[in-house]
Parts: sequence; C-alpha cells; structure tokens
Amino acid sequence: MTDAVDKTAPARIVEQQERVPGLLRSVGWHLLPWLLPFVLLVLWHWSAVSGHLNRSVLPGPLDVVDVAISLIERGQLQHHLIVSLRRVAVGFGLGAVTGLALGIVVGLSTTARQFADLTIQMVRTVPHLALVPLMIFWFGIGEEPRVLLVALGVVFSVYINTVSGIRSVDPKLVEMGRSYGLTKPQLIWSIILPGALQQILTGIRYALGVAWLTLVVAETIASREGLGFLVQDARELLRLDVIVLVILIYAAAGWLADLLTRSIEARLLSWHPSYSSRAARS
Amino acid sequence: MSGAAVTIRRLERSFGGNAVLNGVDLDVAPGEFVSLIGASGVGKSTLLKIVAGLDEATAGILRVDAGTKRPEVRMMFQEDRLLPWRTVLGNVVLGTRGREADGAEILHAVGLGERGDDYPAVLSGGQRQRAALARALLHQPDLLLLDEPFGALDALTRAAMQELLSSLLRQSPRTVLLVTHDVDEALLLSDRVIVMRAGRIARSLALPGPRPRPRGDAELARLKEELIGSLLHDEGTADTDKPRRVKRELQPHT
Repeated sequence: MTDAVDKTAPARIVEQQERVPGLLRSVGWHLLPWLLPFVLLVLWHWSAVSGHLNRSVLPGPLDVVDVAISLIERGQLQHHLIVSLRRVAVGFGLGAVTGLALGIVVGLSTTARQFADLTIQMVRTVPHLALVPLMIFWFGIGEEPRVLLVALGVVFSVYINTVSGIRSVDPKLVEMGRSYGLTKPQLIWSIILPGALQQILTGIRYALGVAWLTLVVAETIASREGLGFLVQDARELLRLDVIVLVILIYAAAGWLADLLTRSIEARLLSWHPSYSSRAARS
Repeated sequence: MSGAAVTIRRLERSFGGNAVLNGVDLDVAPGEFVSLIGASGVGKSTLLKIVAGLDEATAGILRVDAGTKRPEVRMMFQEDRLLPWRTVLGNVVLGTRGREADGAEILHAVGLGERGDDYPAVLSGGQRQRAALARALLHQPDLLLLDEPFGALDALTRAAMQELLSSLLRQSPRTVLLVTHDVDEALLLSDRVIVMRAGRIARSLALPGPRPRPRGDAELARLKEELIGSLLHDEGTADTDKPRRVKRELQPHT
C-alpha cells in the first residue's frame, strides 16, 4: 500500500514542476508573506513625507531609523537591549525550569497531583502583573522583582502544558513499554517525555510571549535601564521616534523568539508527520 | 522443543465484583502454539494480559517456566504500538543496549531490512506490524503473546503476516499464545484451539498434523464448522460489546 503511494507521490511533484517555471514561482512564494509588511511600510513612509501624517502623532520610518542610528552610535540602544534580553532570559529560564520540573512531578505522580495541583491552580488565577506593587515592596526596584515577575508569568503556562502533555500520552504505549520490561526512568525518558514534548513546546512558545509582555510592564516601573526605561525616558522627553523604535524592537524580538522556538520544534519533532516533509510525503 | 511451559490453575479476575475470568485451567507445553477464541468479552485478552504481567489475577495460580532461567515473555498487540518518535530500528531495540546489529538482522528477517531508519509514520499498516513482530522477537521470547495482532490488517496482508509468523516459528520454535477472532487463523497456525466462554475454558481442541496447515483441507473445514458452531452458541450469553447487527445476521444459523 505504501509502495503504491510512494510511486504516485513523486509523479505528482514532477507534474507540478512542469506546470510552472519552478525557480521564479518558488521565490515569489517565499516573498509573498513580506508583501503586506512592505506595502504598509511604503504607505507609512509616503504619509510621513507627504505631510498626511503629523510627525507629532507618528514619526515616519526614516525618523525612526535616524534615531536608531544615533542611539547605536552613543552605545545606548545596545546597552538597554542587552539589559532587557538578560532579564527575559534569566526570568524565562527560571520560570521554564521550575514549570517543567513541577509539571513533570505532578504529571507523573497521582499523589503529587492530588497534593499540589489545587494549590497551583489557585495561585495561577492571580494575575501575575497584579503582584507588581508587592514585588516592589519586597524587593525594591532592583533586578529581582523584574526577573521574578517574568518567571512568574512563564511558570504556569509551562506547568499546565507539561502536566496535560504527560497526562495525554497514549496509555497503550506506556503499557507496551511496561510489557517490554522498561524501567521507570526508561519509561519516562523513552515514552512519556517524547510523547508529551509537542505540548510542552507549545507551552514554552506561549510562555515566551508572556515573558516579553511581562518585561514591558516590569521595565516601565521605576527602571534605570532596559528598553522599558528607554520608553519611559522618551515619553518624558516627548521623543515619539524613540517610543516607536522600541515598540518595533519588541515586535522584532518577539518574532525572532517565535522563529527560534519553531525551528527547535521542527528539529525535535522531526518524526511527527506534520513537522517533517519526509514523513508527510506518504 | 524450546519455549516456556505455562501452567494456569483456577485463575480468577474480577473488576469491581464483575467476574471476567472465572476459574481458568490451562496447560501449555513448551513450544506449543495455542489459540484462544471466543466471543468478545469472554476474557481472552484479560487472560493474555495477566500472563504478560500487565494485569494481576484476583485469585489462582500462574506459572511460566523456562527451565533454569527467567522466562522472557513478550507481547504483540492489535495496534502496532510503535513509538512514533523513534525510527523503526530504534523501536525494535527499545529497552536494550548495543543490540542494533541484532535489530537490523531481525528487521531483515521480517522483510524490513531497508526501512530501519524510517519513522513508523511512513510505513503501511502491515509493515508496522512487521516491525512490532521484530521488536517482540528481538528478545528471543520463551513465550510469545499475540493479542489479535493481525486483526486490523486487510486479508492479503494478514495472510502474508501469518505466513511470516509460521516460517519464523519454524526456524526458532517457541511457545505462543494467540488471541484471535479469526477461526481460520487459529486453525492455520496453532496446535490447539481453546474456546473460551463466560470467563472459563469451554473446549480444548487439539488439531491434527504439523502446522502451518494447508488452507482448504477437508478435515479443517469440518473443524471450522464445529468451532463456529460452538462460538455461535455463545452469542447472546457472553457477548456484550459486539454490534447488534452482527448478532442478527448470525442468529438464523443457530
């Protein structure tokens, strides 16, 4: 049966290649997603230079590029960007590791679930950003409250997805593993974690978004460095171009982070029919 | 004959007061191929799971004896139960260390010599069951438990798998317990057919001559009629989860 599919599949591909001039079509296809952002950018630029757009409402793209260059020349942009990235990285790492560890324990052990899950679910209902005043009260306005807030935002989405990923592993595969004499650690490592991986990664991707969001809020409060400080500072100095620049940086960073997790997903889940071109073929 | 001897005495299993196995007595000689047939819900699969160690009997004795060593018991299921994130070879050598060469050899024996590096998702149903069979055989089991392993395959693939299984068993004999719905399959492959009814063994029918038997033999045809007759007798008493349509089709013949 597979043989039949394997014979027909390449034939269908050949047919498609003959129908269209391959290279041109392929390049066009890959550029297609960029068409709309490009058009919007051109529109933005045109509105700015033609005077349709008041620069005290929104500066044009060239103004943003200018201010980016001047900030880079003074070394400020790099500095604030690195500070922010460090906060996200540390907070995200802390939260993801904690969420993963908690999730694995609660996912694997019914006793741990019975003991801890209710508490965790209750704590989860507190919006973590509501803790900002408390954090500042406890930790002052140093690095700790910001990093901890990011970690708090991350921990639950990783936790929930890890628990539910582990719980949804096919019990028939686990039974098979037991009948093949796998030890408990082997069972976890070879069957349960790979089976839960897809959902764990979904949780991590979502958590990355939450981490950025939390950072924006955490940095706008009594901050002396970081992108959030840059925005606050610019607001006070009425520097709209800096504000727009930082917003664009946030967007780009979020997009890059998503791209990174997607490529990690594609790598780790290459066996999965919906991630692998090789497996998807038949 | 190599393989484990199985001794089962007064075996009982109940789920919350509902007796699924109700005093099963069964002896399987080393190297013997025994098929368990019976209507759905009479406890065939439960019995197999208990022998596999995947379930515990409520009462009774189960002994699997492979001489001086600890018996290797491996089970093959109706679904292939291959791990989708492991290659075919990775699945075959699951739970072992440094046995890739043996695994490749066994894959070759089941006709998947070239597919070791593929993921299960690209294999056909028959190929996946071959891989599952290879995984079971890697451990050189003294007792091979087969829970309707070919039930989900189409007729041609099933026939090919039956051929493969009997030829592999000819090369290296071992004790086999097969649960099946297919009377033909039981007659073709086994030394003895056991009919289960309401958690007990209702009949034990030793089959003549060496296996595998020629398809379409007159004596086998007679035995088939007889076995189907005793299975139909069960319909309506033990059957709980078979579709009703099947029941209606069958009843006029009884």
